[in-house]
Amino acid sequence: MRFKFEKRPEASTAMLYLTPVVAVIVTMVLGGVIFSLLGFNGFGAVREIFLSPLINAYKWQDLAVKAAPIIIIAVGLSIGFRANVWNIGAEGQYIVGAIAGTGVALLTHQMSGFWILPAMMLAGVLGGMAWASVPALLRTRYQVNEILTTLMLSYVSIQLLNYLVFGPWKSPTSFGQPQTVLFSSSQALPYIIPGTVVQANVIVTLVVVLVAWFVMSRSVFGFQIRVVGSAPQAARHGGFSADRTVWFALLVGGGLAGLAGILEAAGPFGRLVPQFPTGYGFTAIIVAFLGRLHPAGILVAGLVLALTFVGGEMAQTTIAFPFPAVGIFQAMMLFLLLAGDFFVRYRMVRVRPQTAPAAASRPETA
Amino acid sequence: MDLVVPIIMTLIPAATPILLAALGELVAEKSGVLNLGVEGMMLTGAVVTAAVMLITGNVWLAILCAALAAATASLIFGFLTLSLSANQVATGLALTILGTGFSSLFGQPFTGKAVPLFRSPFPPELATHPFWSVIFGYSPLVYFSLFMVVAVWWFLQRSRPGLVLRAVGESDISAHSIGYSVIGVRYMAVAFGGAMAGVAGACYPLMLTPQWVERLTSGRGWIALALVVFAAWRPFRLLAGAYLFGLVMTLEVYAKASGGGFRILPSEAWAALPYLATILVLVLISMRRSGSTSAPACLGKPFVPTT
Repeated sequence: MRFKFEKRPEASTAMLYLTPVVAVIVTMVLGGVIFSLLGFNGFGAVREIFLSPLINAYKWQDLAVKAAPIIIIAVGLSIGFRANVWNIGAEGQYIVGAIAGTGVALLTHQMSGFWILPAMMLAGVLGGMAWASVPALLRTRYQVNEILTTLMLSYVSIQLLNYLVFGPWKSPTSFGQPQTVLFSSSQALPYIIPGTVVQANVIVTLVVVLVAWFVMSRSVFGFQIRVVGSAPQAARHGGFSADRTVWFALLVGGGLAGLAGILEAAGPFGRLVPQFPTGYGFTAIIVAFLGRLHPAGILVAGLVLALTFVGGEMAQTTIAFPFPAVGIFQAMMLFLLLAGDFFVRYRMVRVRPQTAPAAASRPETA
Repeated sequence: MDLVVPIIMTLIPAATPILLAALGELVAEKSGVLNLGVEGMMLTGAVVTAAVMLITGNVWLAILCAALAAATASLIFGFLTLSLSANQVATGLALTILGTGFSSLFGQPFTGKAVPLFRSPFPPELATHPFWSVIFGYSPLVYFSLFMVVAVWWFLQRSRPGLVLRAVGESDISAHSIGYSVIGVRYMAVAFGGAMAGVAGACYPLMLTPQWVERLTSGRGWIALALVVFAAWRPFRLLAGAYLFGLVMTLEVYAKASGGGFRILPSEAWAALPYLATILVLVLISMRRSGSTSAPACLGKPFVPTT
């Protein structure tokens, strides 16, 4: 009995939604085996990373807080990825959003009022948009590939952050520590569930997911994005401007990354420090793909990736499993998902020798 | 003159890893494969080099292991993109994430430990005079990179397998129909790109830093990718471009060390300069090119053989 792969007439919807789940499960099994072979407590690590945060109810708040920025960024990126706009520098837009929002916070530090926090959020969104507008301009005007420009700008943004916190924005009362002043009570995000670490950023995340889902599936605008990405020829005939799509994709991606940045600065951090860039901009790329570029999927995928972070920290303290290994689990998920895409487009069929004798003698190339 | 010799002696080693990685990527791209995993493969090469050096002290073994490790990593990418025709951009990013995770995990025991330098193969007497030191004063890795520029140029422009590789990158369907294995050629090109990125990574612990620290390559792999575009897929222009970037990065080193005239800008601005220069160069290139690009026609497109 022999099998070969055959292209499906249409991509399988069932496989499209099944493969991310399978990718996560296979990551757990394969990761456990590989790390056991490397001399670690592999399956103990898998249990701590993927299970312990779920069964310990007091860890759920950490999951929500970790997932919030990743989900917000991933929702923005998914819109670009659908239109084939490869913004991989969300980390930079996240940092500049935090810088812009912090700028407002430093200007209003002696003031109080309910308007300050919204003004910081707005500045964060605008900061992220401004940072993403450079690659948008270069792509639409000079056809410069956005993959490299967005990424280069994220390295520049780290230097900008360092310059500010080591220089002009350094708090006079920090005893030489490179950090800004602590945000005041009108500038820090309020806690929404008393006695937990859950802040207003969790609510904002849910709103972002809902709005994105509505825009992408119910508006002409979302339709345009999907057409430009999947059928560029048809989009041109339909009069959809490719340039406008690039601008929109980058501005939304940058704006949401900027929002995530200021939410993180005004939330868990409470100030700007050099340790602010944590790679969420890159994790969000995995989340966008794992969530199949759909807001609801991204919400779930964001929680899964948050699980690996929270669980990774638990595994480090309970069984001394090294935290950087979490990055390997995350990369494995993405690799397995991309490999799984093959089964969305192809299916395995049995080769019957009696009906196709010529095919049986030829070496398989699939 | 007092400043020219030290600047050249800094810029050429600084440019060498970018040159090596970009040469490997150039060959992969000429065959039609865009591998965005260069940064991850360089980190893999760098951490393996530091580990093998600190355990065995054998520099040749270290470089060999770095090349093999990074080539193995590139074959994961190759399997996904070539055999399973996965999206090359996403898979390349996944490779960079994997390389970053792998290197920070396995680099932990070796972090911050001094790695012995891989010094010039020439007798030190030759390099005492500043003029001769500009020629004889480098690590063997520098001479290897220069040799590889010529070798890659010769391979692509003058050899038959190089012609096949270019054909595969320009028109995969034609190459397939006259009997060449498109996927096979691309596998080899990707593995070569991986091995070169591994040696590029080896340059950091062996001649630049000289130790392993997390995220040692700090985005140089991405600059190498940009350099291939800048060089319009030509090895000798790649050499010129790499040394130009070497000069920009040298300014950063001098700005940190000296001060003086460099004080007009904060040190962070000098550190950001290579990345800004990359963007500027990409803009200038596409402004001049106006329309037709010199990129291989099949770059980034998966090839599915239809028996």
